[in-house]
Amino acid sequence: MSYIKPSFRHPEAPTNNIGYTEADYEGALSTLCAGCGHDSISSAIIQACFEMSIEPHTVAKISGIGCSSKTPTYFLGNSHGFNSVHGRMPSVATGANLANRHLTYIGVSGDGDTASIGMGQFSHVVRRNLNMLYIVENNGCYGLTKGQDSATADVGSHSKKGAVNQYQSIDLCALAIQLGADFVARSFSGDKAQLVPLIKAAMSHQGFAFIDVLSPCVTFNNNVGSTKSYEFVREHIQATGTVDFVPMQEEITVSYEEGASQEVCLHDGSVVRLRKNGKDYNLRDRAAALAAATDHAHSGEILTGLLYMDPDTEDLHTLLDTSECALNKMTEAELCPGNQALQKINDSLR
Amino acid sequence: MKPTDISDPEYFHKVVDCQYACPAHTPVPEYIRLIAAERYTDAYMVNWESNVFPGILGRTCDRPCEPACRRGRVEEEPVAICRLKRVAADYKEDIAERLPSIPTEKNGKKVALVGAGPASLTVARDLMPLGYDIDLFDEQALGGGFMRSQIPSFRLPEEVLAEEVNYVLDMGVITHFNTYVDSLKSLLDKEYDAVFVGSGAPNGRDLKVPGREEGAANIHIGINWLESVAFGHTSSIGEKVIVLGGGNTAMDCCRTSRRIGGKDVKVIVRSPFEEMKASPWEKEDAMHEDIPIMDNHVPVDFVVDQGRLVGMHFEKVRAQYDENGKRSLIPLDEPHVFVECDDVLVAIGQENAFPWIERDIGLEFDQWDMPKLDPQTFQSTNPRVFFGGDSAFGPENIITAVAHGHQAAISIDKFCQGKDVTARPMPGTILSSTKMGVHEWNFDNAVTNDLRFKVPHADKYQSLSDRHIEVELGFDEKLAYAEAERCLNCDVQTVFTDSLCIECDACVDICPTRCITFTESAEETELRGKLSAPANNLAQDLYLSEPLKTGRVMVKDEDVCLHCGLCAERCPTAAWDMQKFLYSVTKAAEVQS
Ligand SMILES: Cc1cc2nc3c(=O)[nH]c(=O)nc-3n(C[C@H](O)[C@H](O)[C@H](O)COP(=O)(O)OP(=O)(O)OC[C@H]3O[C@@H](n4cnc5c(N)ncnc54)[C@H](O)[C@@H]3O)c2cc1C
Ligand SMILES: Cc1ncc(C[n+]2csc(CCOP(=O)(O)OP(=O)(O)O)c2C)c(N)n1
Ligand code: SF4
Ligand code: SF4
Ligand code: SF4
Ligand SMILES: [Mg+2]
Repeated sequence: MSYIKPSFRHPEAPTNNIGYTEADYEGALSTLCAGCGHDSISSAIIQACFEMSIEPHTVAKISGIGCSSKTPTYFLGNSHGFNSVHGRMPSVATGANLANRHLTYIGVSGDGDTASIGMGQFSHVVRRNLNMLYIVENNGCYGLTKGQDSATADVGSHSKKGAVNQYQSIDLCALAIQLGADFVARSFSGDKAQLVPLIKAAMSHQGFAFIDVLSPCVTFNNNVGSTKSYEFVREHIQATGTVDFVPMQEEITVSYEEGASQEVCLHDGSVVRLRKNGKDYNLRDRAAALAAATDHAHSGEILTGLLYMDPDTEDLHTLLDTSECALNKMTEAELCPGNQALQKINDSLR
Repeated sequence: MKPTDISDPEYFHKVVDCQYACPAHTPVPEYIRLIAAERYTDAYMVNWESNVFPGILGRTCDRPCEPACRRGRVEEEPVAICRLKRVAADYKEDIAERLPSIPTEKNGKKVALVGAGPASLTVARDLMPLGYDIDLFDEQALGGGFMRSQIPSFRLPEEVLAEEVNYVLDMGVITHFNTYVDSLKSLLDKEYDAVFVGSGAPNGRDLKVPGREEGAANIHIGINWLESVAFGHTSSIGEKVIVLGGGNTAMDCCRTSRRIGGKDVKVIVRSPFEEMKASPWEKEDAMHEDIPIMDNHVPVDFVVDQGRLVGMHFEKVRAQYDENGKRSLIPLDEPHVFVECDDVLVAIGQENAFPWIERDIGLEFDQWDMPKLDPQTFQSTNPRVFFGGDSAFGPENIITAVAHGHQAAISIDKFCQGKDVTARPMPGTILSSTKMGVHEWNFDNAVTNDLRFKVPHADKYQSLSDRHIEVELGFDEKLAYAEAERCLNCDVQTVFTDSLCIECDACVDICPTRCITFTESAEETELRGKLSAPANNLAQDLYLSEPLKTGRVMVKDEDVCLHCGLCAERCPTAAWDMQKFLYSVTKAAEVQS
């Protein structure tokens, strides 16, 4: 058994705009089960951050509890991280984000961590439009505690031991759309071509961005009859369109025939483009997005890709009119302005 | 691109870069693992089976394996393959028991070998266990050929040479030393069933510039001079020596000179330093012994004063290359350089010569006066006569002579048994899983970051005082282990079973060098363009699976795979397995190792 990954990398490994190779975005060697979908998501995050030339120290990874929530150890080893309490990632992310708005926040959670114990926290962080990327690594079970059905398990899905789930499942994307999220996507750990551009777009989005990533648990939920197995997901997957992410530095060189694609321009100047089904699907129609997700679920299909997006949104900092300066950059005088200042505030509220 | 046929023995053979590059295809990683396990005798026998002279080659081999070594593609230096071979020889136990037994009842066939160099000795080694009667002829007093007469003893001690030459001779070869064969025709008349010519490339090239005749007493042909030193006929040289030439012979000449009286020894060569034929390590060793190398100097004349050689003139040049990379040396507009000297050693090349082979015995020669040979069988146009070593296609090296010897022995055996000489035997291959447990392999798959270890040297001043003192001391066991661990086990193959793969990407994600990609198949050039990492080394193959469930294929670029086994450890279905591939060149007689 290998506990150490060899330090040799491809001698011609490309470097990004700030001179880093992909290896500079890696983390510790994963201890998850061989073949776990979560590892592929880690690798997609690595690829996205590398390609976007993000300085690793400007990223904060925050997670709850679960196999999924363990993964931040396995990517971005040079970034900040907080492996918090079960279902409480949103609170910690909110606190951190309010203290310093200049970091890129990546929240990693599981379907158990989000749709069961963390359901309340999830709902509120969506409502508040915290500027972060929230990823649920969705395997329909509690992997870490040996595979019990989670709240995202589909009705009729078989567990490894053959038990059939009788409860209705929660569609986290539908919920996020309903709760007002302005960037909602679904993807599959086995489809990096789709997942990587989605992660890039989500990180560039100024506001709450949610990606529900189907991520098979090879050990407890990859059996015949499970609707979260590699095979089932592959067979039932449908995409709203092919997603391209064009960062702001790059010129848009390819042009598509009228109506074959639609483009959304982000605040930082980068562009998200939806190809193929582009003309049939309206990214900015919340009700239609909700309907599309639910309709597909009813017919036993899994709709992936970018489901809903509105770049013109006000995130929590804007809503609260908070300081531009991070708390850790303020002096003591600024942080504790004293009794006089407090009286002033109190007076204004009388 | 078509799915890879891994049942073709050459596919995985090529992945074992060192073994593939070795002319005799020595199973390098196999013996390196045995060394790491302190099984030196076993490691020695694996070598002996393949290359006959492990102790000699472990000190002198041209090591074509090392530039090919995979490790050199992921870090600075290849594994010290050659010097590890020496470790096996240095620390082995008595191997007498392990040598093949020689039948007392002979098979009734007689073979004559001309020359007692590595090529002939290999033929003898391969044919003796089959019951052949063998007569070996050499004009020298002892066996070994150029290994004895040319390679100086500070690189190859006489005991090491004698031991390995004797393993062969002691099989019952009938030796005729001090016997120059002056007629192939008369040898053929002596009712030999076959004759093998392993007479080498015995002529040193001369330098015909003004002053050559007048200075003759102090101008020596390098290989003749080295031979004369080796056999004790020459034991001194002047203090100031010029060695002309940039190959390994020049390096041996200058280093030998330093040991028998040369104080101010210079190597002077026409070509630029980087283009000299000598191996980099030979140049290093020479310079370490205070021998400067003057490059870009073309000899003009020998200067003789009062009947005595006093020096040489050189013209300085610079190299210029045309668009095809062809070099020409352009003279600089500078006065000729005069270099003082007492003696000159001319080491500017070697040539074949066959004055003893009649041209009317059905043995044809080509326009360069080289025998016409079948490159696979080494048979000449006289079906009873076979060639090998330097005599076959011009001067090469010991390991090439050995490789030729093995093939010639097969041909001679087939010929003597009345079989088709052109039907060559298939190589032996064994592919077996190294799996011991869930994530356990029976090889050390962890990759060390150690850089190449240096072989300790004897004290410089002491070794310069005596040409018999071996300069390199060899690795001790600890260093040998550490160096052996640098080997990436390229013979442990990543074997993919497409029916097991669930396309989870785990192997793709874990691979440190990004070897693996799942994608739509395409023509090779296009495919190479869409892999996870650049795949620009066209000498290395792509390993392609049959189409998988999604219609994609698995493509693995073999180029910089570390054989770390992480893909197999990460695969939930064991679609990847690490399997040891043992490739062995079939010899005339099976020699157990
Ligand atoms: C100075 C020098 C240093 C070298 N160093 C190395 C080295 O470090 N590593 C390496 O791999 N290679 C080295 N080589 C090359 C290597 O020695 C030869 O390539 C190799 O020995 C060739 O083997 P062979 O069996 O073809 O013949 P040789 O070793 O050349 O043996 C031929 C033998 O045939 C005998 N012979 C020839 N004609 C007749 C005849 N008519 N009758 C009887 N006997 C005859 C000769 O006396 C000689 O002994 C070196 C060569 C030179 C010149
Ligand atoms: C407060 C609390 N309750 C229960 C647990 C036990 N527990 C650990 S992980 C987990 C579920 C994890 O499921 P999920 O978030 O889907 O992660 P996965 O392992 O499937 O990736 C539970 C219930 C806990 N650690 N803390
Ligand atoms: S238990 Fe399931 S979710 Fe957890 S590491 Fe193993 S495969 Fe992944
Ligand atoms: S053995 Fe497997 S994981 Fe290791 S370098 Fe080779 S392909 Fe990659
Ligand atoms: S890890 Fe195994 S099952 Fe997964 S993609 Fe690689 S070979 Fe296929
Ligand atoms: Mg889960």
